[in-house]
Amino acid sequence: MSSQPLRLVGKLQQAQLEATMKVLVPIKRVIDYNVKVRVKADNSNVDLANVKMAINPFCEIAVEEAVRLKEAGTASEVVVVSIGDKSCQEQLRTALALGADRAIQIDTDANLDSLHVAKLLHKVVEEEQPQLVILGKQSIDSDNNQTGQMLAALTGLPQGTFASKVVVDGEKVNVTREVDGGLQTLALSLPAIVTTDLRLNEPRYASLPNIMKAKRKPLDVKAATDLGVDLTPRTNLLKVTPPAERQAGIVVETVDELVEKLKNEAKVIA
Amino acid sequence: MSILIYAEHDNHELKADTLKTVTAAQAIGGDIHLLVAGENCSTVVEQAAKVSGVSKVLVADNAAYKNQLAENVSLLVLELANDYDVIMATALTTGKNFMPRVAALLDVAQISDIIAVESADTFIRPIYAGNAIATVQSLDAKKVITVRATAFDAVATDGSAEVVNLSQATDAGTSSHVSDEFTESERPDLGAASVVISGGRGMQNGENFKLLEGIADKLGAAIGASRAAVDAGFVPNDMQVGQTGKIVAPDLYIAVGISGAIQHLAGMKDSKVIVAINKDAEAPIFQVADYGIVADLFDVLPELESKL
Repeated sequence: MSSQPLRLVGKLQQAQLEATMKVLVPIKRVIDYNVKVRVKADNSNVDLANVKMAINPFCEIAVEEAVRLKEAGTASEVVVVSIGDKSCQEQLRTALALGADRAIQIDTDANLDSLHVAKLLHKVVEEEQPQLVILGKQSIDSDNNQTGQMLAALTGLPQGTFASKVVVDGEKVNVTREVDGGLQTLALSLPAIVTTDLRLNEPRYASLPNIMKAKRKPLDVKAATDLGVDLTPRTNLLKVTPPAERQAGIVVETVDELVEKLKNEAKVIA
Repeated sequence: MSILIYAEHDNHELKADTLKTVTAAQAIGGDIHLLVAGENCSTVVEQAAKVSGVSKVLVADNAAYKNQLAENVSLLVLELANDYDVIMATALTTGKNFMPRVAALLDVAQISDIIAVESADTFIRPIYAGNAIATVQSLDAKKVITVRATAFDAVATDGSAEVVNLSQATDAGTSSHVSDEFTESERPDLGAASVVISGGRGMQNGENFKLLEGIADKLGAAIGASRAAVDAGFVPNDMQVGQTGKIVAPDLYIAVGISGAIQHLAGMKDSKVIVAINKDAEAPIFQVADYGIVADLFDVLPELESKL
């Protein structure tokens, strides 16, 4: 009744599976998170002229997680993809310098909704057949928090959103998620879609030798129009305005004065 | 117009924010139904039936929905979607997780996190962490919308909706629940508290957050933290207030040792009254605070606790 031979076969299969696991990481070029956002005078959008751009911070965490899976021997290849005009090649090169193996740019200068992005990524997933797709949970420009979930729906794959821990275990991945009130752990069958939350990891800085090496890594360009996705806009951005400014209040000198103001002026404490 | 709202709950209690999403739905206008998907969730159904402005409560009480897994819940909502013009959820853990799946399956662009309804197809939502406000028109026939609850008032709970039990029990079979690890707390929920006191990097360590507890107890407040305090490992992430954490809008928000980074302000600047305690007079938090004290928090906190 020894189960040892069986278990050995299981382990072998697992090793083979892991050795061929490809991870796809979609990334987005956005305004650098340190830059103060200004709205254009005509209220058509925010002003991105001559503004520093960077990889969306949540996407950077996704790249880091994929690279760590490769370094741990779990993943065999890390492919990064970005959708946009030629300028997003800068962020793809950054991702290659962080340790991704190759890059794909889906070339378009159209204004895309998350749904379009998810549909284009769906085509990439069909072509690349990754075992795991890791994306940022949201981009810090449009703050939609949609693309990963939409891609999961279109591909029919399970999702683990807002991940703070990702553990690949044979043909499953266990994802610990940040939820209201604490953490939730799910088991997803592979292939699966994971979106990153802040605490998943702390991304590394690219070293100069790796930045040089990244310049020679493959970067394929594909026209979005060749992928057979209808990119007709589904939303219309009518107006962008600055938020209502809050007026600065007063500085009080003592705790007594503060308590008095909160009781009698603001009336927020009894 | 007919509107389906996904009720956010934990199988025991209807989240109060769902009452605010109903207000957002009323601004669009139409016949409003609530969907309760869960397992052994009859208390939630009772609460849902009392929500004013709701004519019908649909109940999918089945093991497949126990943990409200996105794969299963999205298939359920998809099956019901034919009967509705608008599908809405609160932008909380569950809604944020499954709604984009519904949108994609319906081939609709979701409008996330709305803070106001301009018309039946035009909505207002924050972008760039609230540093810009977008007015967006949906061009899809069917609308899929998530609602930032802090931007709307709650409806009353004196209604009596019809309860309809559904037979759906679809399990996609691709994901399963392993475990939950919830932070135990006697204090009110961060998102629902009328008073919030938050600590930042100035707290210096997790142990010092105890200084906030006495004040929180006296004020019935929830305790929050800035991202800097979370990143420094002082407190867990579910306490984080900000663009990347919880969005709160209590009557009183007390920011202690928080400089006021843009990403933190995005999560609390709609609070009614803001108090800042910081020894750096130049900290940006003072630009949004109604009342500020420029002093060492380690002097101010014990005194404040004793005088409340």
